[in-house]
Amino acid sequence: MEIVSARNLTFTYAGSRRPAIEGVNFSVRQGEFVVLTGPSGCGKTTLARCLNALIPSFYQGELSGSLSVLNKDISNSSTSELSRKVGFVFQNPENQLFSLSVERDVAFGPENLGLPREETKRRVDWAMRLTGIDGLREAAPYELSGGQQQRAAIASVLAMRPEIMVLDEPTSFLDPLSASQILEAIANLRQEIGITIVLIEHRLDLASKYANRILIMDKGRVILEGPPSEVYSEEVRLIGVGIPKVSMLFHLLKQDGFDLGETPVTVDEASQRLRRLLRYD
Amino acid sequence: MLSIRMFEGFKFKQRKTPIHRLDPRPKFMIALTIFALSLIFANVMVFLLLFLAQLPLVCISRSVRRWLGSIKGGAILAAMIFVMNFLTGSTLVFSATMTLRFLVLVSAFSLFFMTTSPDDLGLALEKARVPYTLSFTFTMAVRLVPTIALEAQTIIDAQRSRGLEMERGNLIQRIRNYIPILIPLIVSAIRRSTELAEALESRAFGVTKDRESLVELRMKLSDYATVIIALAVLAIGIYVQLLITLPSLDTGIKMPALWKF
Amino acid sequence: MIEVRGLHFSYDRDEVLRGVNTTISDGEFVAIMGENGAGKTTLVKHFNGLLKPTKGEVTIDGVSTKKTTVANLSRKVGLVFQNPDHQLFSETVFQEVAFSMKNFGYSEEVIKKRVDFILETLDLSSYADSSPFMLSGGERKRVALASVLVSDPKHIVLDEPTIGQDFQQKDKLRNFIIQMNAQGRTVVIVTHDVEFVVDCKPRVILVSGGHIIADGTYYEVLSDTALIQKASLTSPQIAMLMLSLKDLGFNPKILDIYQAKADLEQRLSNVVYKDV
Repeated sequence: MEIVSARNLTFTYAGSRRPAIEGVNFSVRQGEFVVLTGPSGCGKTTLARCLNALIPSFYQGELSGSLSVLNKDISNSSTSELSRKVGFVFQNPENQLFSLSVERDVAFGPENLGLPREETKRRVDWAMRLTGIDGLREAAPYELSGGQQQRAAIASVLAMRPEIMVLDEPTSFLDPLSASQILEAIANLRQEIGITIVLIEHRLDLASKYANRILIMDKGRVILEGPPSEVYSEEVRLIGVGIPKVSMLFHLLKQDGFDLGETPVTVDEASQRLRRLLRYD
Repeated sequence: MLSIRMFEGFKFKQRKTPIHRLDPRPKFMIALTIFALSLIFANVMVFLLLFLAQLPLVCISRSVRRWLGSIKGGAILAAMIFVMNFLTGSTLVFSATMTLRFLVLVSAFSLFFMTTSPDDLGLALEKARVPYTLSFTFTMAVRLVPTIALEAQTIIDAQRSRGLEMERGNLIQRIRNYIPILIPLIVSAIRRSTELAEALESRAFGVTKDRESLVELRMKLSDYATVIIALAVLAIGIYVQLLITLPSLDTGIKMPALWKF
Repeated sequence: MIEVRGLHFSYDRDEVLRGVNTTISDGEFVAIMGENGAGKTTLVKHFNGLLKPTKGEVTIDGVSTKKTTVANLSRKVGLVFQNPDHQLFSETVFQEVAFSMKNFGYSEEVIKKRVDFILETLDLSSYADSSPFMLSGGERKRVALASVLVSDPKHIVLDEPTIGQDFQQKDKLRNFIIQMNAQGRTVVIVTHDVEFVVDCKPRVILVSGGHIIADGTYYEVLSDTALIQKASLTSPQIAMLMLSLKDLGFNPKILDIYQAKADLEQRLSNVVYKDV
C-alpha cells in the first residue's frame, strides 16, 4: 500500500532563484526501508522536509505538484498535525533534545499531544525499551555520547507512535561503530513494529544492507531508483555518491571484462560470490 | 570582577540526598525565609547564625566544594561591600554585618540552585500557573547553558589557533578581541534556534493547552515539615526583632574622620 | 618535528590522556584514529599549545609548548577545526582569510599576496568580496581551511575534516591533503573515517582510552581486527573481504581496492569466467 505519493513535486525556497527539488516523482509503500542519497545540495533534505510538512509550513517558498502522506495533502497540513503520523529525526542530536533528562524528553511529544499521564508513561517505557536506553532515564542530554543522544531522539519520536520515520543523516556526528549500531537499531524497529523508514544517508557502506530501495538525487531531481544492487551497478560515483567499496570492486572488475553478475552490497555477499567463483580454481 | 567560579556554585548536580529529594517549593521557601530574615535584621550575630545554620544543609546535600566555590567567588564582591561601607564612615562591625548579609544571601540561593533540578523548577513554575511556554523557555535556557559554554570554548580555541591573543593590548583592543568570539557564537545561536524550532514543530509543541506532564510534583510529609519549619523560623525571627533587643556587638571602631566624605 | 613525551592530561579530575609517547617527523602524513572520547582531539590540541600537559612534555621543532604562547605556536602548527561556523566572523571572505596574517603582524602587501594566492588555490577567488555567511557548507569549509593555510604553517592538523562531506568533496579533500603533504608539510588528520584513511594511505596512530594502542602503516594497523575493535572503529570493507578469502590464499593485509582488484583478476583469469 502506497503511503507516500509525490507527483511532479517542485519547491523553491523563498529568496532562491533555482528550485531545490524539481519534478520529483516519489512513492513509498508501507513497511519499506528507503534510503535517499546524493551529493551535497541535491535536494534530499528538502524532499525529506516535505514529508512532515516542514515544507511548506515552516520553510517559506513556492511549492507545486502534489505530495500526499498517509492520505494527507501536505500543502494543506501543518507539521504539528502530521507529527502524529510522521516522525522526524534530525542530524544534530543536541538540537532536538529539550529536557534535562532523557525520560522527560521522550515524554515531551506525548505530553504535547495532551495525552493522559498513564498513556504517556506507557509510551515512554515502550519507546525506551525499543531503543535500548532504558538505563539512561535520568541522564541529562549533554552527559550522553552521540550515539546515545540519537537513540534518545529516536525514542522521543517513537513515543508519538508515527507510521513513518524520516531520519536526516542521523549518523553524521557519530563514529563508525555507533553509526552502524544506530542503523541496526533502526532496522530492528522496522522488524519489530513495522514502521516505514525513510533514511537520508551518505554512509551507504553501512546503510545499504537494510534498504529495500535506494533513491539517488542530483541537482533537485531523482535520477536513479531501485534495489541497492541494481543502483550500484551504475556510474553513480561520477555524480558524487560513495557506494560501498565491495560494490565498487565488482564494478571495476566488470569494467575490466570480469562480469560477475549481480553487484553485492555487503562484504558477506561479495565474499560468498567470490568464493563460489574461485572454488572452480 | 565577578569570578566564573561564583557561577559554578549555582549549577545543579544530581545527587541522592534528602535535600535534593525535597520538592522545590519548600526549598524556595527556606531561601525566601533566609532572605526575609536578612532584611529584617542588621545584627552581626544573627547573620553569623544564619550563615552557620546553612552549613549542615550544605554538608547533607554533599555540595561543600561547589558551595565554597560560590562563597569564594562572591568574596571579591563581599570585600568591596566591606570596603565601601568602612570608607564611608560605618564602623568595623557594621561593615562586617553588611558583608555577612551579602554572603548569607549568596549562600542561601546557591544552596537552592545546587539542589534543585531546573526540570523540577520548571514543573514548580507550571504548578504556579506560569504559562507553559515561559516555564519551557526557562528549562530550555538552563539546558542550553553547558552546550553553549562548550561551544564558546571551542570558538575561543579556534580563534586562538589563528593567532588571536585575548590578553593583548589596551582596554579597547581587548574589547575588540571579543568580536571574533561573539559573532560566531551569535550566528550559531541563531542557527541553533532554527533547528530547535523545527524539532519542536515536529514534536507537536503547542498543540494542546492542557498538558499533563509525566512527572508530577507532589508534596510529601518531609516537604510539609520543611514548610512548617521555614514559617516557624520566620515567625520566631519577626517576634525576636519586634520584642527583644539584641545586644549590639559594635565596638565603635571607625575610619579616622579625615577620611570621611 | 612534533615530539610527545610521557604526556598526561586531565580535564578537571578526568584523566583523558594517560601517558602518550610519539614522534612525528617533518613531512610525515599521519592519521590519528580512535572512537569519540578516546583523546585524539585532546592530543592534537597540545600541538599548538591550546592545552598544556598536566604531566610530560610536548615539543614543537625543539621548543616546549609550556614555554611559549598559542599565538607563536600557531605560526608553525595550523589547526583546522571541525566546524567552520565556529570561526567565521568577518564581513568578507578576504578579511576572514587575512585574519591570522594580521594577528601575526604581516604587512598589507604580504597579506594581499598570500590571501589572493590561497583563495586561488582553493577555488575561492570569486568569493573574495562576498560575506562568508552566504556561502554553502562546503565553501565555508574551504574558507576555514584557507584561513589556516594562508600563513603557510609547516605542520597542518585537521580535526575530523570528513564529517558531513559527500563522496566528491571527500575525494577533493583527499587530493588536496596529499598535495599539501607532497609539498613538504607535515599533515596530521584526526578522524574516525576508516575508508577515507585507507584511500589516503598514511601512517596510522590508534588511540583508545587515553593510550596509543597501535602505530604503524595503514595496512598493518587497519587490517588488524582486534585493534579495530578495541578502538571502536569498523574494519575497511576491502580488508574484511580479503580476510574472508584468506583461506583461498589471499593476503588479508590488502586494503587498497585497486590492489584487491588486480589480485582477484589474476586468480579469476585462471577460471574460465572472463567475459571478453
